[in-house]
Amino acid sequence: MKDVSQWPMAARDYANTRYSELDQINTANASQLQLAWTFSVGADRGQEAAPIVIDGTMYVVGPYDGPYPNRVFALDATTGELKWSYAPRPEPAAKGVACCDVVNRGLAFDNGKVFLNTLDNHTVAIDSKTGKELWHTKLGEINRGETITMAPVVVKGKVLVGNSGGELGVRGWITALDEDTGAIKWRAYSTGPDNEVLIGDDFKPFYATLKGKDLGVTSWPADRWQIGGGTVWGWISYDPELNLIYYGTANPSPWNANQRSGDNLWTTAIFARDPDTGRAKWAYQINPHDLFDHDEINENILVDLEINGTTRKALIHPGRNGYMYVMDRATGEVISADPYDHVNSYKGVDLKTGRIIPNGEKTPILGQTINDICPASPGVKDWQPSAWSPRTKLLYVPHQHLCMDFKSSEVGYIAGTPFIGASVDMYAGPGGYRGEFMAWDPVGKKKVWEIHEKLPVWTGTLVTAGDVTFYGTMDRVFKAVDAKNGNVLWQFRAGSGFIGQPVTYRGSDGQQYVAMLSGVGGWPGVVANAEVDPRVRNAALGFTGATQDLPFYTAGGSELLVFKLSPAALKDNGNAQSR
Amino acid sequence: MRSLVSAAFLLAMATSAAADSEALRVCADPNNLPFSNRAGKGFENKLAEMVAQKLGKDVVYTWWAQRRGFIRHTLKAGDCDLVIGVPAQYELVETTRPYYRSTYVFISQTARHLQLEAIDAPQLRKLSIGVHLIGDDGNNTPPAHALGQQGIIDNVRGFMIYGDYREPDPPARLIEAVERGDIDVAAAWGPLAGYAAKKSPIPLTVTPILASELFAPQQFQFDIAMGVRKGDHALRDRLNEFIAQNGEEIAALLVSYGVPLMEKRFSSTAGVHR
Repeated sequence: MKDVSQWPMAARDYANTRYSELDQINTANASQLQLAWTFSVGADRGQEAAPIVIDGTMYVVGPYDGPYPNRVFALDATTGELKWSYAPRPEPAAKGVACCDVVNRGLAFDNGKVFLNTLDNHTVAIDSKTGKELWHTKLGEINRGETITMAPVVVKGKVLVGNSGGELGVRGWITALDEDTGAIKWRAYSTGPDNEVLIGDDFKPFYATLKGKDLGVTSWPADRWQIGGGTVWGWISYDPELNLIYYGTANPSPWNANQRSGDNLWTTAIFARDPDTGRAKWAYQINPHDLFDHDEINENILVDLEINGTTRKALIHPGRNGYMYVMDRATGEVISADPYDHVNSYKGVDLKTGRIIPNGEKTPILGQTINDICPASPGVKDWQPSAWSPRTKLLYVPHQHLCMDFKSSEVGYIAGTPFIGASVDMYAGPGGYRGEFMAWDPVGKKKVWEIHEKLPVWTGTLVTAGDVTFYGTMDRVFKAVDAKNGNVLWQFRAGSGFIGQPVTYRGSDGQQYVAMLSGVGGWPGVVANAEVDPRVRNAALGFTGATQDLPFYTAGGSELLVFKLSPAALKDNGNAQSR
Repeated sequence: MRSLVSAAFLLAMATSAAADSEALRVCADPNNLPFSNRAGKGFENKLAEMVAQKLGKDVVYTWWAQRRGFIRHTLKAGDCDLVIGVPAQYELVETTRPYYRSTYVFISQTARHLQLEAIDAPQLRKLSIGVHLIGDDGNNTPPAHALGQQGIIDNVRGFMIYGDYREPDPPARLIEAVERGDIDVAAAWGPLAGYAAKKSPIPLTVTPILASELFAPQQFQFDIAMGVRKGDHALRDRLNEFIAQNGEEIAALLVSYGVPLMEKRFSSTAGVHR
């Protein structure tokens, strides 16, 4: 992480800041960015992956589609020359059984090895020089609905991996594998008895409701935790000083809420664990008895903040539920939790008990139409990761701005079984826009600037020492923005919409590069790339209604775009802008 | 015997999606009895063969697990033209007229003499009840919702409709739990339960669940039709003709698989009885 020229993991650093010290590209010259080279990953599905860059080589992974699902490419990060590619051999059944868009959020790197998670539940170690497979370990079973889409993170020689598939009755887990052998060192489940959640005597949650024996069993009706969800498909951060990893768990599943009375622990929760043993040190549940599919797998950014005159070791979690949580990462105490967009499904967070206060009027009941529930199921923010600048002390947050109606829908038919489902109809929130990119002051607890977008902003972001922040739109525009005031400095119209993660690095020629995959898809984008009928508003679990016009702007794509400053800008830089 | 030349011709026609090709291109689940399987043993396989025979074609299958994405990856991808069983007025496809109506049922061991009929029967609070789970909060089976609405929670056991796809016919695990006595009763879609009862070594009793208006808009009976791509009126019309002309033969086939058939109580005109 020390070498500023690199981008060694999806979130750039263990604190998940996505901040780069590079400043060749700055607010004065960003307008002169130009395309350096491009590369196709060969499968036109949702491109959510972050390329990673280590020692002048870029490693990038494609989605689980096409003739070579989850293919990995090693490229010269400066010239774009292909060094090697690796294609995992998928399970034959996988394609017909995996249901959803088939994204991969990126690779990890450590000690000369590249680590890949495949959709069909294998973690693979690849020799970073040769592209040869070193080991692979099967962690789950796609035939039971389990998949892996998250980017692994390597901490102290252990590859940390979590599963996806909560909608299909999967029990969530995080697993640590030995980076040299692929052997499983520990696995911690998100539901069930303490010995399987890896909760012991040293578990000290901050709030009383989270203390007690086997809450992962007793906060459910009998045995329901066994297929209770709480998958781990988002981001993992790590504080080396406290020796704790942090991650969030997904929604409870697959029962309708009225069949799973109780808090449903430890779904929609943040865990702090010892990476050596996996044992939990504290946990905090964000949405007890979740009603809205508000997974809380979103990133946890580890920063030290001056709050009321004292320095707090903080964790910032932009909640799917619309609240910006600032927590004490040593203890699990919520310091503040404030809405960062329009929220009416909750009335606030009680800082004494730590519990969110639901708004009873917005409780979905099958058979009744409940209008105007904000935020919608994808929340104010989904997986798309934020960035933190230590220079501006602002958090840069890409997110959506959607509300929904929850009502009974027409019949569905799955595996020969007809049923009347609930349909979720999503649409733009107040103001008529569906996405926003904004800067948030976590100490002042306020929005500093914002840019509205017609469609949900489904990309991650980054921010640099040049005070430039980048994001992309689903209608194909990649933007550089002044981190201080939100002024758009430059934009580029690409071949397909953006749902990926921008990264920046220094090439062997000394120039700063910015890279981003173009290719729309993901939950909001299947309407553009997977032939979901846009006339069916509640397709793709309701998201189609909110992105019905997407095919008007974009089709699928698979292009990696790499930008640098024009030679003219570099010359000016040498004269006037050197720091 | 077909010559190689005509087989190649057939293949070319199959990919052209021409309405008058020699192949009846059916989208089906290879592992979901009693509906369909790769060996052609399901009643939807038999029905496909009946249709093909009447139209003078051969059945060609596109196999895909019938779960979320099934229509998208098969019919909508243009790989096949016909889904044999879908609910009438199913939004994702163009449906034919219904060719049968079935119901959710209770299935239990006959020896237990449970005499269950209604979804709000008081005994249900004491019995262990199995239901199928589909996967999302709002998208579970009607009995799963209706039981939850009554506060019948702790004694309900969920079985994933998707199950473990490596095993044969994953939805059948629910019925097998009744046979083994793991649960007292299952509330399942009729065709599944009726078929299981027919071939079970242990006598099983299947009773239609009486729909109580209390749980509207949940319904326990559904009309089942065939589905084609939206706008494929030529095929739909030929299938409608087939259904109109072969009602008795179709019913006999369904009865031979144990499918509980319900009287059609409503006109199929959408909206009239809402």
